[in-house]
Amino acid sequence: MKKLFFVLGSAALALAGCGGGGGDDTSSNGDKVEIDRNPFPSTYAPYPSTVTLLKDATVLDGIGGQIENGDVLLVDGKISEVAEDIGAPDGATVIDASGKWVTPGIIDNHSHLGVYPSPSVSAHGDGNEISAPVTAEVWAEHGIWPQDPGFPRALAGGVTSMQILPGSANLFGGRGVTLKNVPARTVQGMKFPDAPYTLKMACGENPKRVYGYGGGRFPGGAPYSRMGNVAGYRTAWAKAVEYKRKWDKYADEGGDPPARDLELDTLMGVLNGDILVHMHCYRADEMAQIMDMSQEFGYKVTSFHHAVESYKIADKLAEYGACSAMWADWWGFKMEAYDGVRENIPMVHKAGACAIVHSDDDIGIQRLNQEASKALSDGRRAGIEISDADAWQWLSANPAKSLGVFDQTGSLEAGKDADVVLWSGDPFSVYTQAEKVFVDGALMYDRGNPDVTPVMDFELGQPGEGELK
Amino acid sequence: MIRKILLSAAASAAIALGAAAQNVAIVNAKVWTGTDAGTLENATVYISNGEVAGLGVNFAPPSGTELIDAEGNWVTPGIFSPFSRTGIVEVGAEDSTNDTNAAGTQFSVALRASDGFNPAATTIDVTRIEGVTRIAVAPANGASLIAGQGFIADTTGDADSISYDRAFVYVDLGENGAGLAGGSRPAAWASLRGAFADARGYPARFMAHNEGDTLTRADAQAFGRAVRGQQLMIIAARRASDLRMVMDLKEENPNLNLAIVGADEGWIVADELADAGIPVIIDPFQNLPASFSQLGATSKNAERLIDAGVTTAFAHLGSNSHQARLVLQSAGNAAANGVSFDDAMAAMTTVPAAIFEVENYGTIERGHTADLVLWDGDPLEVSSAPIAVFIDGEAQSLESRQTKLRDRYLDLDESEKPLAYKN
Repeated sequence: MKKLFFVLGSAALALAGCGGGGGDDTSSNGDKVEIDRNPFPSTYAPYPSTVTLLKDATVLDGIGGQIENGDVLLVDGKISEVAEDIGAPDGATVIDASGKWVTPGIIDNHSHLGVYPSPSVSAHGDGNEISAPVTAEVWAEHGIWPQDPGFPRALAGGVTSMQILPGSANLFGGRGVTLKNVPARTVQGMKFPDAPYTLKMACGENPKRVYGYGGGRFPGGAPYSRMGNVAGYRTAWAKAVEYKRKWDKYADEGGDPPARDLELDTLMGVLNGDILVHMHCYRADEMAQIMDMSQEFGYKVTSFHHAVESYKIADKLAEYGACSAMWADWWGFKMEAYDGVRENIPMVHKAGACAIVHSDDDIGIQRLNQEASKALSDGRRAGIEISDADAWQWLSANPAKSLGVFDQTGSLEAGKDADVVLWSGDPFSVYTQAEKVFVDGALMYDRGNPDVTPVMDFELGQPGEGELK
Repeated sequence: MIRKILLSAAASAAIALGAAAQNVAIVNAKVWTGTDAGTLENATVYISNGEVAGLGVNFAPPSGTELIDAEGNWVTPGIFSPFSRTGIVEVGAEDSTNDTNAAGTQFSVALRASDGFNPAATTIDVTRIEGVTRIAVAPANGASLIAGQGFIADTTGDADSISYDRAFVYVDLGENGAGLAGGSRPAAWASLRGAFADARGYPARFMAHNEGDTLTRADAQAFGRAVRGQQLMIIAARRASDLRMVMDLKEENPNLNLAIVGADEGWIVADELADAGIPVIIDPFQNLPASFSQLGATSKNAERLIDAGVTTAFAHLGSNSHQARLVLQSAGNAAANGVSFDDAMAAMTTVPAAIFEVENYGTIERGHTADLVLWDGDPLEVSSAPIAVFIDGEAQSLESRQTKLRDRYLDLDESEKPLAYKN
């Protein structure tokens, strides 16, 4: 089946190459055909902002620093300065933040908002292309409904960016996309400018359940076991290596361009280092095998997701350099989640590995700061001393790194995007709420102010109206 | 009130369990009593015979009593999760371990969740060590909108930990129940009315047949107490119009003893719910229009219901088998969204005790069951955890399978032996 498409695709691509410019997603570079890596470009631009000075806050800079009575200055959508005492520039909006806390905006690197939106009616299930175990050709952004009421709820929880991923039914679920949490009419209007693409992969129970046991058949089809999972990954990577070789050869030597294959485009993007791998994986032993497999094919897993057993191999994860995106306390809903412990996140951090608090949930995404607090306090009770300031890396810097956007956001450093949250108090407290949320310096959420509270189309004229009623 | 018969049943269970407990006094505690006494600073709670035998700022326990210095920390009643599936499923996705529901059964009301309860389930320890000492355990809907009967248990993990079996019948009159009844709300209500008629007509209408309009013979027999108002009926409903239907049911059958679980749009009909005297069990996390029955979901639901005078308990309704412990975080979030500390605490202590008519429970006062938690911080804070947990006056282990896994892997050094030898 795939081979047939391959041949047909080849003919089409050859024609496009000769015709010059007729191609939709390829472009001509000199006399060589190049794959357009960004056919659905971001149209997001920061909204207008005033120069804003947050005064006298407890500031967590997101990279391990804490300043008491600190000031944060936002100019032209960027962090301009973070210091103990900053004079207000002319015309600046000065916000008295005494008794309050300022942090980088939270970044959730595992969300299905938009692809599994509210309401979760059958028509809205756009997060898993379960038609085949390898669907690296599908892109989460093509399933995102930008009107998901979950987006503004997450914004009210201080989430300024997030990765939307396909689900975990497949061995290769497709491409993820990183968004700024700003309402838009289109997905392109939310896309984080210049963020790299990501690839969702999945270990363990889900793929073998969906395919091996799927559709009421027995056996359904491959993969039926964890052995089949790994064989499925390796088969696909082997194809991708071959595909990349063809394109590399074409780039070097010219001739007929290789046949285009959307699935292998994505995998080749990983092998070229352009696309970051995010892999759903619960069990320690499976993660260890995936790390070996990645070395076999010459790529790297950027982040393991859920990673309920990361604490068992935190040393190996640190050595390899993969992040673990984790819940504070989810466990037991399936066998591979049975060994969950409440200290997973601090144990990973302590080993020197990259720890991330993620949600995978439209409720959890609204209080990731509380999830971090649970993990932090449980870790301390177990003797793992981590400062509040260091722990905030789990919420902003580390997820930003895992998404390849840490140069732009994820910490309060001069020159970075002014993605900033003003909290009513200590954000590790359950009583604290995000009061003001800035994205690129623009005030996009202001608690209690209906004029600065987005309401999605779906909720207009409904009983709750975005919690405004 | 209407629940007097159940009340005595609960009381006798509690007395039977309290027998083998020790004498302990927690001193220098900040005690949230749950009574008009409010919160007492530097107070002593004296536990004897499974009960709170003394309480107060100036209370002196008998000499020789074992003392626990709370060092100013909070002591609260044990947390009571009013809606869970804890102990009836070990691993959610593994059907062989999951006794929450049965899609293939012919029975409904006759299903007793207690028949599937395993006090040794790992979820019990995991739940207890976070301060939850009592759980209401409901069956889930498998084949019928009437899921069966639930029970109340403590979280000791002991063989006799069910303190009140068949405490309630659980009925889903929301989208899920409609689906199980054939595909619509009218089908669900016709089915429920049929079940009422079957129960009221039992045994006469089963003389000639084994099947009623809705129920089997065994179900009709089992439903008798609930339809006569002698057993609590917990109804799942979310949409305001569904809640009104439940209130109509109560109006037509004033003897019914009803509570509602879910009630996402409860705030829209809060005054009516208060007038009807129907308590609600809500999850304060729920603020999304997750379905067309929850379009009015808001994080202000708890505050508005309580302000209107609705008897309101909190539960963590998502993943309620393994994460019933998150009722505390739910309550903390309710407090962050306008509910007073006292009301948030009551919603997981005194209010569940009232809804389930567990006598002498839910508050710290003389003669009440000594389910107590000593916390290392504000009990509503996500960063707090229990230092000590007492159930029926007995100090409980704070170990779980999770803490043992943690301890095994805190140090990953395997230079001498594999970690599997670290027990």
